[in-house]
Amino acid sequence: MHNLDAAGHVRGESQYLDDIPVQRGTLHAAVYASPLAHGKLNGLRLEAALAAPGVVRILTAADIPGENQIGGIVPDEPLLAEGHVHFRGQPVALVLAETEPQARAAAKLIEADIEPLPVITDPRVAHAQGELIVPPRTFRLGAPAAAWAQCAHIIEGTAESGGQEHLYIETQGAYAYPTEQGGVRVHSSTQGPTAAQRHGARVLGIGMHRIEVDVVRLGGGFGGKEDQATPWAVLAALGAYLLRKPVKLVLPRHDDLRMTGKRHPYSSDYKLGLSADLKLLAYEVTFYQNAGAAADLSPAVLERTLFHSTNTYFIPNVQATAYSCRTNLPPNTAFRGFGGPQGMFVIESAIAKAAEKLGVSASEIQRRNLLQEGDTFPFGQPAELCNAHACWQRAEQAFDLGSWQQEVDAFNQSSTLHKRGLAIMPICFGISFTKTAMNQARALVHIYTDGSVGISTGAVEMGQGVNTKMVEVAARTLGIRSNRIRIETTNTTRVANTSPSAASATADLNGKAVQLACEQLRKRLLALAADELCIAEEGLEICDERVLTAGHPVESDWEKLVAAAYWKRINLSEHAHYATPDVWFDQKTESGYPFAYHVYGTAAVQATVDVLRGTYVLDAVRLVHDFGQSMAPGIDRGQVEGGLVQGLGWMTMEELLYDEQGRLLSNTLSTYKVPDLYSVPADVQIEFLETEGHPRAILRSKAVGEPPLMYGIGGYFAVRNAIRAARPDVAPAFSAPITPEKVLMALCAPRPEAAPSTVPTAAVAPNAASA
Amino acid sequence: MLEFYLNDQLVRPTQPAGSTLLDFIRYQQHLTGTKIGCREGDCGACTVLVGELQPDEQTVRYQSMTSCLTPLGNAHGRHIVTVEGIGPTEARNLTPVQQTIVAEGGTQCGFCTPGFVMSLTGHCLGGAASAEATRAAIDGNICRCTGYKSLERAADKLAAQLLERDAAPARLEWLIAQGFVPGYFAHMPAKLAQLRAATAADVAAQTGGRTPDAAELPASWLLGGGTDLLVQRPDEVLAAEVNLLYGHATRCYVRELPNGQVALGGATTVEDLRRSELMQRHFPQLARHLKLVSSTPIRNMATVAGNFVNASPIGDLTIFFLALGTELMLQDAAGQQRTLPLRQLYRGYKQLDRRPDEQIAEIRFSPPAAGEVFNFEKVSKRTHLDIASVNSAARLRVASGVVQAAHLSAGGVGPTPLYLGQASAYLIGKELTSDTLRGLNEVAQQEISPISDARGAAEYKRLLLRQLLYAHFMEHFPQHVSLAALV
Repeated sequence: MHNLDAAGHVRGESQYLDDIPVQRGTLHAAVYASPLAHGKLNGLRLEAALAAPGVVRILTAADIPGENQIGGIVPDEPLLAEGHVHFRGQPVALVLAETEPQARAAAKLIEADIEPLPVITDPRVAHAQGELIVPPRTFRLGAPAAAWAQCAHIIEGTAESGGQEHLYIETQGAYAYPTEQGGVRVHSSTQGPTAAQRHGARVLGIGMHRIEVDVVRLGGGFGGKEDQATPWAVLAALGAYLLRKPVKLVLPRHDDLRMTGKRHPYSSDYKLGLSADLKLLAYEVTFYQNAGAAADLSPAVLERTLFHSTNTYFIPNVQATAYSCRTNLPPNTAFRGFGGPQGMFVIESAIAKAAEKLGVSASEIQRRNLLQEGDTFPFGQPAELCNAHACWQRAEQAFDLGSWQQEVDAFNQSSTLHKRGLAIMPICFGISFTKTAMNQARALVHIYTDGSVGISTGAVEMGQGVNTKMVEVAARTLGIRSNRIRIETTNTTRVANTSPSAASATADLNGKAVQLACEQLRKRLLALAADELCIAEEGLEICDERVLTAGHPVESDWEKLVAAAYWKRINLSEHAHYATPDVWFDQKTESGYPFAYHVYGTAAVQATVDVLRGTYVLDAVRLVHDFGQSMAPGIDRGQVEGGLVQGLGWMTMEELLYDEQGRLLSNTLSTYKVPDLYSVPADVQIEFLETEGHPRAILRSKAVGEPPLMYGIGGYFAVRNAIRAARPDVAPAFSAPITPEKVLMALCAPRPEAAPSTVPTAAVAPNAASA
Repeated sequence: MLEFYLNDQLVRPTQPAGSTLLDFIRYQQHLTGTKIGCREGDCGACTVLVGELQPDEQTVRYQSMTSCLTPLGNAHGRHIVTVEGIGPTEARNLTPVQQTIVAEGGTQCGFCTPGFVMSLTGHCLGGAASAEATRAAIDGNICRCTGYKSLERAADKLAAQLLERDAAPARLEWLIAQGFVPGYFAHMPAKLAQLRAATAADVAAQTGGRTPDAAELPASWLLGGGTDLLVQRPDEVLAAEVNLLYGHATRCYVRELPNGQVALGGATTVEDLRRSELMQRHFPQLARHLKLVSSTPIRNMATVAGNFVNASPIGDLTIFFLALGTELMLQDAAGQQRTLPLRQLYRGYKQLDRRPDEQIAEIRFSPPAAGEVFNFEKVSKRTHLDIASVNSAARLRVASGVVQAAHLSAGGVGPTPLYLGQASAYLIGKELTSDTLRGLNEVAQQEISPISDARGAAEYKRLLLRQLLYAHFMEHFPQHVSLAALV
C-alpha cells in the first residue's frame, strides 16, 4: 500500500499551514526575541515600532489575560518574557501588522533594556552551580558497588554527543481566528494539538472548550513540533483573541533555528566492568543533560536516557544517574529517539574503549552480552519476545559479517591513502509513552449512509504514514476497500484530550482505538445481517465488501447493509477508547513495566576515510530490523531509511555550535548541514526479521518511527574505526558528531616518537587514554 | 514592462524587480505548490523551472532554479513553470515523474516533494539519460524524511525511461505524448519569441533603435544570479533599483580568443562553464571539480563574475580562477574599460579595487598549456552543497622532477580569497620532494591568517590547507611524494 497522501504531495496539492487561504483582515505577526542569553529585563522601547508602517499592535507579557505560562511538565516557561530573559531567541513581544514584511521590519525597531547576567552554556557548569531542572534520577539493578571487585577489567571515560536541529522543512507556524462567543480556532503545525489547546486556554484564561485546534498535516516534525509548536499557536491565538481578527504567525527559517530547542546535547561519565570472558558485569554512568533554559520535555527525555542506558545488552549490575541541567540555551526538546540515542552512544563508547584496551573487536563484546529472553532491564521489566539474538544472527548470516571484516582488513593492508572501518550497531527500543497515563487514545468513526467512512483520531500525519495505517486498520476490520475511507483532520473538538503524535506509539494507540470502534460497528452490522437474513451470527463476516456466511456469499453487501442499518435506526457511528494494557511505572522505586514491547535490530556500517584530507564516505549500511508483521512494508521501509539517515547525520555532519554567550553560530542552512543526496550510503540493505510480531502492536505490526535512528550511531564508530586503522596509536575522544575537522585532527595528531616515516602497522597499540 | 509566462498564463507583475519570484508565485498568484523552506537556496523546496528561448527561436531550454533567490525581474521574457504547470496532462493524471516518486515511496511529509518533482521534470526536458545525471538533477533538494534511497530509485527508473526519449524523433513531442509536460509546452517557443520581439520594440522605442549598453544602465545595483546577495541582503535588494545582469544572452559565453586565451562573458553562469566543451577540453577534471560547487539549481543561476565581486574569502570559483592568472575587463558607466588581474581585485574583507559603476564585462585567462597541470581541492563539513572550510587550486609545471611554474590559491584562510604568491614563488626551480613540500607549507602558513568560525577552528584550517597543498601534488605527481613521507 502506497502512502495515501503521496498523489497530493507530488502534485503540490497537499495543504500545509502556510497554504491555508487567508481570511479578509488577517494580521501578520513577527516575534521580537531576546538579544541576550540571560539578563534582567527592565523595560521595552516600543515607540518606534508602533509608529512603523502597517503596525496595528504590539503584545507583551502585560497583555496576557490569563496565566503567562506554557510549561508542560514544569511551570517554568513564560509565553512572553517577564522580568528576566533566559535565552537568546526567547519571545519577548509580538508585533501585529498588516503584512508580514511590515511586522518583521517593525520588530527590528524594538529595543529591550536588559541588564546582563552570567551565561551558562555547559551542562557540567550548570550542575556544579546547582542549576537543575528537576531532582536527579537514578536507576539501579543488582549491586554495582560490590560488583567491581569481581571485574577482570574496568574501563572509565567520558562521552559527548551534540545537539541536533530538527530541520523540518516546513517551519513552525500557526493561523488563528476568532469564532463566535469569544472562542478561537487555531490551525497549527503541531504534533500535540491538545497541548496547544490546553496552554492556549491557560494563557487566555478561558475554558479549553472555547479553543479549537485543527491540524491537517505537518511538513515534518521529528519531535520538534511536540511541545515547541505550542508557543506559536498560543501567540497567534492570543492575537486573535485580543484583537478579534485573524492572526498568522509563520517563523522565518532563521527565527526558527535560533528560537526553538533541539535534541539535547549530553556529556557523560561511564565506568564499565567486564569479566575475563568479556561479559559485562557492572556499569555506572552519569548523564549531564543540557536542558536549556526551561524544562520543556527535558525530564521525560532524561528518563528515556535512563531506560535505554544499557541499549540491548544485559548487565546485571547497573547504576545510572541523570541530571537535567539548566543552561541559557533555547529549551531543548523531543527529537526522534527522545534521549534514548544519547544513552546508547555512551554504552557503545564504553564498549569501544573496552575493546581497544583489551585488543578485541567491539562486536565480540556486543555479541556476548545481547539480551536474552527473560533478562531484566535496569528498571525491572523483563525482556519478552526478545529478538536481540535473532536480529544479530540474521545479520551475521545475511551479510556475512565475518568475511566483511576480513575484506575491510585486507583493504587496509593494501591502502595507505584510504582506510576503512566497520562497526556493528545493535539496538533495542521500548515502545510506549514512559508516562503511563499518556498511553491512551480515542477514535471517532462515522459510516455514512452511502457506505463511505470518515475517521477522526488524535494522530497527526507528519509524513510517517499514520493516516495510511489508520485506513489499513479500518479497511481490514470492516472488510471494505480503502478508497471508501477518509481520515479527517486532527481536531480537538472531534477527538479530545489526545496524547501528542510521538514516542513511535501513534499508530499503535490510535490504530487500536480505530480497530475497537470498527469492531463495534462491524458487530452491529453483522447482528443486523443475521437478523434480516434469519441466519446465525456465528460465521458471518464482511470480506471485500461482501457479506459471507461460512465463507459463502449471502444476499447482501456492504452498501445494502449500511443502508438497512440506517432505516432500522442503528447507530452508524462509534467512538472508541483504547488504553495500553499492563504498562505501569513507579517513580519512587524507579521500576515497573513501562513498555508495551521492544523493537530490536542490528546494523553494520562501513566507512572509508581519506587519510590525506580527513574526509570520509559512509559506504554501506546493511541491517536487520524487527518490524513484527509489517502492515505497510513500503511505509515502514521508508521510516527505517529516513531514521537511519537522520541518525547518521546526527553522528557525522550535523554540528550545532553556540558561542559562550549562548549565540547560535550554525544559524542558517549554509552553516548547519543535514544529509544531502550524496552523503547517503550508496549501499543500504534492509532485511525484515521474520517473526510473529507482537500482540500489543497494531495488527502485530511494530512501531517503527524512532528505533532506526539509532542505527546511525554505527556511522560514528565506523568512521572512528577507520581513523584507528590509519592511526592505531590514536584514540579519538568519544565526541559526536565526528566531523571532517575532528577526523583530520585525529589523523594528524602528534606521534609519540619524533617523525616516524613508516606507515603504521595494524598491530594493536597500547591503550592511549582518551578524554 | 516586466512580463513573462507563468505556466500557461502571461503575467505582468507590478512588484519590484528585486522582489523574489517565490513571493510572487505564492502570495500574488496563490500557487501554493511551491514551498518556502529556507529562503537561502539551500533546501530546494521552492524549485521552479525557468525556460529561456534559445537563439534559434525554435526551442526553449529549461533549467531548475530556486525561486527564493530568483529576482522577479529575472523572469522577464521567460517561461516559469511551477508544479501546477505540469499536470494533470492530457495523457494522464500524474506525470511519469510524479508516478515514479509515488511508486518508489519517495515522499513522506511531502513538503519538499514539489521541489523534487520540478528538478526531475526539468531534467527530463533536457538532461542526459544516465542514472548519475538524473540523480545529479536533485542534488539541490533536501529531504529530511526519506533518507533519499527511494528518491534515488525513482531517479534511476526515470533515467531508463529517458533512453526512449533519446530514441524518439522529436524530444518535446515524445515528452508531451508521454505526459511529462502538458501540450501547451509545444507553443512556448513561439510565445516567447513574441515576448522577445515586444521587448526589442519596447527598448527600441526608448533608445532610438540602439541596444542599450550595460554602461548606460543607471549605476544602481547590478544583480547577477543573486545567489548570495539575496541571501545576505534581501531587504536591500528589494528596496533598491535593481538592474539585472543575468539572462543577457549576449553576455553569456565561453569562447577561445585568437591568442589562445579563454574569454568568459560577464554573465556566464557556473552551469554554462560546466557545459562548455572548451572548458572540458582544457580541464579534464572540470565535472568533478564543479560538482563540489553548490548544487544544480544554484549553478544554473550563479555567475562567475558574481562569485568574484561577492568577494567571499571562500568563493570556490574565485579560488579556481586565482590560480589561473585570470584578468578582468572592467567597464565603467562611461564605457571606459580597464584590465585588472583578479588577484589585485581584493583589498580587504569585501573590499574591492572597483568603482561602484564598474562592472565585469569579460573574464580572460590562459588555460593550462601542454605540460601544465591544474587541480582544485575543497573540503567542507558536507562534501556537496556546502561552503568550504578551506579550498585551494594549483596550476603547476614540473619537468624532470623540478618545478618550473607554480600558481597556488587558497580560500577560507584569510579575509579575502588568497593568491599564495610567496608559496608559489618558493617552489620555482625546486626539486619536487617531500622536503620541498614541507618547506612550501612553511611559507604558505606565513601568508595565511585563518579565524575560528562555524566552518572550523583556525588550527584546523591551517592543517587542512597543508593537506590540500600536499593533495595537489599527490594528485598529479604521486611518483615524487608520498603521504608517509609528508606527515
